Amino acid sequence: MAEAVAGQQGAHDHPTGWRRYVYSTNHKDIGTMYLYFAIFAGIFGGVLSGLMRWELAEPGIQVFHGLASMVYGFEGDAAIDGGKEMFNVFTTAHGLIMVFFMVMPALIGGFGNWFVPIMIGAPDMAFPRMNNISFWLLPAAFTLLLMSLFFEGAPGSFGAGIGWTAYAPLSTTGSPGPAVDFAILSLHLAGASSILGAINFITTIFNMRAPGMTMHKMPLFPWSVLVTAFLLLLSLPVLAGAITMLLTDRNFGTAFFSPEGGGDPILYQHLFWFFGHPEVYVLILPAFGIVSHIVSTFSKKPIFGYLGMVYAMVAIGFVGFVVWAHHMYTTGLSLDVQRYFVAATMVIAVPTGVKIFSWIATMWGGSITFRTPMLWALGFIFLFTVGGVTGVVLANAGADRALHDTYYVVAHFHYTMSLGATFGVFAGWYYWYPKMFGHMYNEFLANIHFWLTFIGVNMVFFPQHFLGLAGMPRRYVDYPDAFAFWNYISSLGYLVTLVGVTVFVWVIVEARLKKRATTDNPWGEGATTLEWTLTSPPPFHQFETLPRIK
Amino acid sequence: MVSLDTVSSPTPQKRSNLSIAIICAGIVLGMVGLSYAAVPLYQLFCQVTGFGGTTQVSAGNVNGIIDRTMSVRFDSNISSDLQWTVKPAPTMTDKIGVVQVVNYVATNTSDKEITATATFNVAPDIAGAYFNKIECFCFTEQTLAPGESVEMPITFFLDPDLDGVPELDTVREITLSYTFFNVDTGSS
Repeated sequence: MAEAVAGQQGAHDHPTGWRRYVYSTNHKDIGTMYLYFAIFAGIFGGVLSGLMRWELAEPGIQVFHGLASMVYGFEGDAAIDGGKEMFNVFTTAHGLIMVFFMVMPALIGGFGNWFVPIMIGAPDMAFPRMNNISFWLLPAAFTLLLMSLFFEGAPGSFGAGIGWTAYAPLSTTGSPGPAVDFAILSLHLAGASSILGAINFITTIFNMRAPGMTMHKMPLFPWSVLVTAFLLLLSLPVLAGAITMLLTDRNFGTAFFSPEGGGDPILYQHLFWFFGHPEVYVLILPAFGIVSHIVSTFSKKPIFGYLGMVYAMVAIGFVGFVVWAHHMYTTGLSLDVQRYFVAATMVIAVPTGVKIFSWIATMWGGSITFRTPMLWALGFIFLFTVGGVTGVVLANAGADRALHDTYYVVAHFHYTMSLGATFGVFAGWYYWYPKMFGHMYNEFLANIHFWLTFIGVNMVFFPQHFLGLAGMPRRYVDYPDAFAFWNYISSLGYLVTLVGVTVFVWVIVEARLKKRATTDNPWGEGATTLEWTLTSPPPFHQFETLPRIK
Repeated sequence: MVSLDTVSSPTPQKRSNLSIAIICAGIVLGMVGLSYAAVPLYQLFCQVTGFGGTTQVSAGNVNGIIDRTMSVRFDSNISSDLQWTVKPAPTMTDKIGVVQVVNYVATNTSDKEITATATFNVAPDIAGAYFNKIECFCFTEQTLAPGESVEMPITFFLDPDLDGVPELDTVREITLSYTFFNVDTGSS
């Protein structure tokens, strides 16, 4: 088959130079661009969080007044005020960048584009040109978000300091400057990019599977992307609607969320979280898919309970749409409504538990090798389980009264997303690196990257549970002395993670320089999906002769 | 293995790529529409169910009067850009079901004519469904001349069905709160 592919390759357009990427319609090139974009955005968002951790290392304001006078030219007391608002701007930008410009581009745009077509035996995505648009909308959206940092937001300060949730009235009358408009338009573009991507994935997976690849034989990663695409398709338009209402409330005199005109700010929260809750499953489901493949590969066993794994993801997707108000227990919901949302939220632990136990059952009795991707996958399972357990705690409306908007919540969602989803990204990166780039990295260095990151992020976020339980509220630039100790530990953890990121960059550079040879299937008999039947890297156009699945 | 031309349909397709994309685009448009439909539906939902302490509008009490007594406190809040003072009515206590008339007193403290409107709710929220207004100044916009002062009446009663709500068993006091906004300065 490889000969047939090589023989026909010349018949197809294979642009070179800048045209190859700017005009790209090739799913692998677009996937690569998504991955590099995600690495860039991730480092940018990571720098923002580093500055915040530096500020929070000790009580008092040490960093941000200087930062505000350096970046925005504030002097004296104005620098203190500007610095406080700048901290809000940083939390906002960090959240938006990590969600929309790091995790989603990496998992869906990057690995999704690279491996969904290959794993289902398709030559490319269904709409290659739309794929190109999906990618190039993202740098535009990112640029808008960066621009928002340099326009007036709240009176007398710069940037959109409205939180990634952009609650009204803080995002309407509270921040009259154009910064928030830039941030909203940035979300519009990022949302349009993801919706187009979702349509592309759904069409590809429904229509372009190789002969014999029935839905129930399809590997788990394409399944996870399919469920994710449906979540995006149903939830992102609601975000688009809600932020459009924000935009018209701000600029065109409508009163969707302003009580003086008959509107209701709580309605914004309902609309936002109707999007926001499925969104967190968008971030984690593709990581579920990747981890399933890795656990199976390095246990040399097929995944335990394949159908259960598929329908657990479908169930998580469905239930994810009916639990949104657990973010809103403190908004005055009646007891019955709270009872429902508590119960519905806890139900999600069931399909999630099915997945965790199936991974463990896959490893049980398997011939396990602890190669780099397997380390990241195990790290994912451990960290995501910790985040899931604190999620069950927070699901209780009673407990949430005390913990709402404290660092306990920050610790919870960073364990699931910052640690869970990001470990999924790194697991996929090290699993597919030899396949994507055709050479092998130094596994010893990559293992050091893993251990530094694992120790670092746990040091950052585990103490935040204690801070939250002690009552430290999130989103503040300063805190009382009582919280100093664990904040210091948390900031030290950031330094360990930072060394980990440096090692990550080193792993890439070293691999590029050494160009260690790799084989079509470097992982052995456990790797059974279609990408391992192709060369490393795969040909520019694969499957000109379609594989037939038994 | 079966050899096929490159991009020609890999599997027998029930639907073309384009029609799946169109269905997806339809779902997207439908969800945008639903997010806007949520605005009137949410308002309707609050009015019908008394959700979040939304009070009810009624023509009169047909359920009679019961022995249980309840205090009603009155509260007023004024938006920072509205130069009015509003003095709420004093707290009153009576049997549940009795139709009451109370007065808020609003004064325009500025030197120009101002039109204002008021939003309202009751606490505890769940009592909203049983708080019936027959007549209220809050149903319309109010305009006051410079320095003018007016009494603004509210005619209301508490629905005796309130007695059957377990969450209100220990409640002896309900608060009706108004927030006044300047109509002219609007939302922006």
